[in-house]
Amino acid sequence: MPKEQANWSPYDNNGGSCVAVAGADYCVIAADTRMSTGYNILTRDYSKICKLADKCVMASSGFQADVKALQKHLAARHLIYQHQHNKQMSCPAMAQLLSNTLYYKRFFPYYSFNVLGGLDNEGKGCVFTYDAVGSYEKVGYSSQGSGSTLIMPFLDNQLKSPSPLLLPAQDAVTPLAEAEAIDLVKTVFASASERDIYTGDKLEIVVINADGIRREYMDLRKD
Amino acid sequence: MSKSVIETPPKGGFSFDLCKRNEMLSKKGVNPPSFRKTGTTIVGLIFQDGVILGADTRATEGPIVCDKNCEKIHYMAPNIYCCGAGTAADTEAVTAIVILLCLCSDMVSSQLQLHRYHTGRESRVVTALTLLKRHLFNYQGYVSAALVLGGVDVTGPHLHTIYPHGSTDTLPFATMGSGSLAAMAVFESKYREGLTVSSPIPFFWSLIFLFQRNEGIELVTEAICSGIFNDLGSGSNVDICVITKGGKEYLRNHLQPNPRTYTSSKGYSFPKKTEVLLTKIIPLKEKVEIIEGGDAMEE
Repeated sequence: MPKEQANWSPYDNNGGSCVAVAGADYCVIAADTRMSTGYNILTRDYSKICKLADKCVMASSGFQADVKALQKHLAARHLIYQHQHNKQMSCPAMAQLLSNTLYYKRFFPYYSFNVLGGLDNEGKGCVFTYDAVGSYEKVGYSSQGSGSTLIMPFLDNQLKSPSPLLLPAQDAVTPLAEAEAIDLVKTVFASASERDIYTGDKLEIVVINADGIRREYMDLRKD
Repeated sequence: MSKSVIETPPKGGFSFDLCKRNEMLSKKGVNPPSFRKTGTTIVGLIFQDGVILGADTRATEGPIVCDKNCEKIHYMAPNIYCCGAGTAADTEAVTAIVILLCLCSDMVSSQLQLHRYHTGRESRVVTALTLLKRHLFNYQGYVSAALVLGGVDVTGPHLHTIYPHGSTDTLPFATMGSGSLAAMAVFESKYREGLTVSSPIPFFWSLIFLFQRNEGIELVTEAICSGIFNDLGSGSNVDICVITKGGKEYLRNHLQPNPRTYTSSKGYSFPKKTEVLLTKIIPLKEKVEIIEGGDAMEE
């Protein structure tokens, strides 16, 4: 009897953590730059953060080959949008597009765990957090990836947000100033890299505000 | 049928009472909890006057680091040490057994002292090796410990590796654990016989000895660092143990190459306690009738 099942997996997990924090007039999106498989480091300098539009970036962990395919798909869709509408896609629109794109592959999903951050049409910070098949939610802060179980409780403690079920809907943005949010993000990554073996090497922080997009880097543990 | 079996006191060793139950559970699809595996880098090398052992200090539980500074170089005898990789609890259990048989330890120090008085000799590395491999072979690989054993005895310096099934190697330099390939890459490219001390001039002897011993430590440190940085199962600090004819030097945290990368200048506070929403005490005694000395509960 010949073998009838594939004995390999089309998926891998390349690890890494992503965090996004929205403020009143800014959004901070951060991810480490380690890409690994099993106990091996593939590279110490791989950016998980992708700029999708002028005021919209996505950080993704999971399977980086799927992430790359997803990014290319979204870039193509955004190009078509620009040709048809002669403008950049807004962050909430991109959030919906990402959800639809992920759900389109519901039964052979992109193995990617995304956080989308940016500024909405009023210039307010916004964060959208996803699962692999496109379920998404607008939140004030979020983390995804291998270190998310370590990071999320700390963020919850420091940035308690109102329940999304409250009526009228409450603003989810954090009360922190931009510099404080960056400081918080640096702290959570330094802590996550102490205890999560897949998080480390370098931290890439993208800050979006009225002035545009700014990138910062910080060293993390390399072991 | 009468019960004629007299209960005997436990004889020690592992208990296999739950094996049948566990087998049944796993057949029904209940997965047993995983062990605390220490992805590890452990190494050892021989130079003429002795042995140098090295280890990293990370213990992991899946992808999570559960101990950032654990000790992996275990004491066997005053002149013998052993690095352990594999399931952390097992390594300690095996070491405990050899301590028990090999000499000098806390729990059974009197017996060990007796053994030492009995022989009147320093224990040999092969003795430790035999005890270890016998134990591991006895458990057919189920005690998943991989060891690097090193020491100096009357017959000179010795270095051995022991695999979980009980097979052993005798080598001039050895590596074990998940970082063994990274560490072996360093040894294969840089180890040489020249790490030995063979100066014919007595005047320079101590000077050269010091220099060359440091050369050995440096090579071991580099091999461990290679494991720490390139293997995700290994990390944190470098432990070294140098054993020579005269004695040993245990260099705990010889190198600490991974300090914390960022600490917030203002620090963090965690002031939010569980919120008290309501404080109201309802005495149950008034609501429930208590009957003293009622009937025993029935099924």
